Amino acid sequence: MSSTATTIHTEAHAAHAEHELSFVRKYIFSTDHKIIGIQFLFTVLFTLGLGGLLALGVRWQLAYPWTKVPIFGELLWSDNGGAMPAEVYPMLTTMHASVMIFLVIIPGLSGVFGNFCIPLQIGARDMAFPTMNMISYWFMWPAILFFVASFFVTGGAATFGWTSYPPGAGNLQAAPGSLHGQTLWLLGLLCVGVSSLLGSVNYITTIVKLRTKGMSFFRMPMTTWALFITAILQAFALPVLTAALILQVADREFMTSFFRPDDLVINNEPAGPGGGQPLLWQHLFWFYSHPAVYIMILPAMGVVSDVITTFARKPLFGYKPMVLAVAGIAFLGFIVWGHHMFQSGMNPALGMTFMTSTMLIALPSAVKVFNWLGTLWGSRIRWTTPMLNALAFVSMFVIGGLSGIFMAATPVDIYIHDTYYIVGHIHYVLFGGSLFGLFAGLYYWYPKMFGRRMSEFWGKVHFAGSFVLFNLVFFPMHILGMGGFPRRYADPYFFETWKDTKPMNQMMTIAAILLGFFQLILLLNFFLSLRRGEKAGHNPWRANSLEWHTPEIWPGHGNWGARTPTVHRGPYEYAAPESEEDGYYPQTTPPPGSQAERAHAH
Amino acid sequence: MHRLWTLLFGAAAVFAVGIFFWAAGKSGYWFPENVSVIGVDIDHLYWVITWITGITFVVVMVLFLWFLWKYGDERRPGKAVFTHGNHTLETVWTAVPAAILVFIAVYQYGAWKEAKFRSHMPDSPLHARVLAGQFEWRIRYPGPDRELYTDDDVEQVNLLHAWKDQDIVLQLESRDVLHSFFVPAARMKQDMVPGMKQNMWFQITRAGEYEIACAELCGWGHYKMKGHLIVHETKADFDRWYQEALGRQNADQRDPSIWERGE
Repeated sequence: MSSTATTIHTEAHAAHAEHELSFVRKYIFSTDHKIIGIQFLFTVLFTLGLGGLLALGVRWQLAYPWTKVPIFGELLWSDNGGAMPAEVYPMLTTMHASVMIFLVIIPGLSGVFGNFCIPLQIGARDMAFPTMNMISYWFMWPAILFFVASFFVTGGAATFGWTSYPPGAGNLQAAPGSLHGQTLWLLGLLCVGVSSLLGSVNYITTIVKLRTKGMSFFRMPMTTWALFITAILQAFALPVLTAALILQVADREFMTSFFRPDDLVINNEPAGPGGGQPLLWQHLFWFYSHPAVYIMILPAMGVVSDVITTFARKPLFGYKPMVLAVAGIAFLGFIVWGHHMFQSGMNPALGMTFMTSTMLIALPSAVKVFNWLGTLWGSRIRWTTPMLNALAFVSMFVIGGLSGIFMAATPVDIYIHDTYYIVGHIHYVLFGGSLFGLFAGLYYWYPKMFGRRMSEFWGKVHFAGSFVLFNLVFFPMHILGMGGFPRRYADPYFFETWKDTKPMNQMMTIAAILLGFFQLILLLNFFLSLRRGEKAGHNPWRANSLEWHTPEIWPGHGNWGARTPTVHRGPYEYAAPESEEDGYYPQTTPPPGSQAERAHAH
Repeated sequence: MHRLWTLLFGAAAVFAVGIFFWAAGKSGYWFPENVSVIGVDIDHLYWVITWITGITFVVVMVLFLWFLWKYGDERRPGKAVFTHGNHTLETVWTAVPAAILVFIAVYQYGAWKEAKFRSHMPDSPLHARVLAGQFEWRIRYPGPDRELYTDDDVEQVNLLHAWKDQDIVLQLESRDVLHSFFVPAARMKQDMVPGMKQNMWFQITRAGEYEIACAELCGWGHYKMKGHLIVHETKADFDRWYQEALGRQNADQRDPSIWERGE
């Protein structure tokens, strides 16, 4: 492997990369990017369970409002006959969204795959700043603790939605959860922000500085490209969110008035000094959180591109347009935040500007879908579990993308804004898209992470069940939304307009509970395969990209032995004329007849 | 096996399209019947986008399923087609959607201006001021003198009276947190922001009673912030109701505006 005479790329610290470390330094406070990626993975499996349980609480209330919640009701609300109190419902919606977005999808995609894949895919020995990387992981834990602790403080958890709009979120009197829960939410988010920012700086530096010989920018796999652009997005957008979070903490704890208008009376008490503007928060929040929507989908698009090419045994259709599309989405992502605020009281002329830019951002997304279709054309598909999840990503992202156009259209948005239509849309993008993308990556890189394979059979059972149930839970949300069904209502049946929608909600809830059970199959498959899985070998999927061509199956800290590899071509040259029978033509194989190949043969 | 997987992906697409048609029929799960003038435009725009996205969806899914069906057969001999793309094809599939998307955007401008631009606000006097608070709507009519906070004002909770074909102009304010004034049957919605005075206008074309809902999370009682829009057949009916309400209010000893601080 890469033992060419002319292209040796030695690094000073390579030789002593493999000295013995204590268990704690090796597996807990590790600076090895692979271990950190795996730590993120275990953490995300835990938070995914937490976020899922919160979602089931929401679903129970929508299907069987004010009735005893099975299992948890007796435990938590025995004085209420086991039924959920009204003030708990918005806490569940708030914390479900916050956990899923900030503790599952963002660390799941950027944290897991960013850490695990980037150095391996570009032939680096580790991240540019390994210690900073370790700190980035450990900043997740205070965030998790703040979020979990918020359920146990006086008043309970944050209650004004994952968007935390003031004055509701900005004033202690506005709701029980605005008392202390909201402060903990803000602190938790600050920690997540620090974690993401440290990660981003690391990814950017690593990709710019540590690519191995021959690994030009346009030979990087799409996963690395997407993570690179995501990291840039995060690095530029996060400071704005951080500032906004600090301002809201100040408003709440030190009686500043960034977001508190004049003469505000909440709960029959004067709320405090005025002079602020609630809409300012919305602008600052969405200036980060709209790019964050792309932070949550771009890495999944990268993963899916890698998985689809590997199992289609065919080059990516339009590689450079794919890269440009990601860059285009990232750029446009910064100038569309106002589409969350069409009905907010923002100047409606701005609404027209934001509508136009929002329509345009659908374009690079469409180009990506067409390119995946182009990749499938003339391919030789292999029906593995990662491939199935990647194909699910493509087909579900089509629905999530198209449904977005309705809300981008300002007049139609007047009606469907803050209804279940948006809830359906976001779940098609974040569950149908990001989470299936995360599953695809998990099944795909599991053999690289643990040296064993997950069960294909149970993987497919998990996939089929999740795919069917996902559609049963979330597609009807569009239909409810067209009926005007509002989001964040603990009891929509209080209204004539929606009182007949209960049967559909009950069907969705039953499907959601089953969907939850199907994730147990994933967990069992994951943990049992750690010990019992079939040995994977070097390259079980016969993939071309660099991460499958390390000298050892499970390389130690430093990845590449004495020399980092030399790259001769792009990552997707499957089915090239020089390739093997199944289209295999790795990035490290020297081209036939070259000087390097002759040296290789000796 | 590859046929089964293709059918599974196909089933999801058929389900998505099917439930749309089912719901649009007599399922009861569809738009509440529209009763406003702007609602006609909004429903029309909704259908334009539905047809454009629906056709796109069907075309994309047919290609997707066709490729899975055809190239998914693992017994298929030989290597995949070795190609990195096609410039003509890529130019076309970038330019065509771009044109369609710009068309969709521009096509919305008229209705949006009609609904929200101040320059399109009807030239009729203020009908009522709606003050939202956790968790109710305070509705105050200026009365015959067209001035708020005079003796002929009527203030009511959660009931907004108007008459058919009236240019209803409202002034929306919030006293505590964000709320949003949402009349599903009229397709109208506007957030209410403390510290900002905003106007909203619409015209109802059929007499009747319609629900008003709060559409912006405002606290634990968000779901029960329900009001009613009562549309009388004629202005005379409305005036008769108004005089009656004013009489009842004057007979009542309680000051109707104690709820509002300092007013």
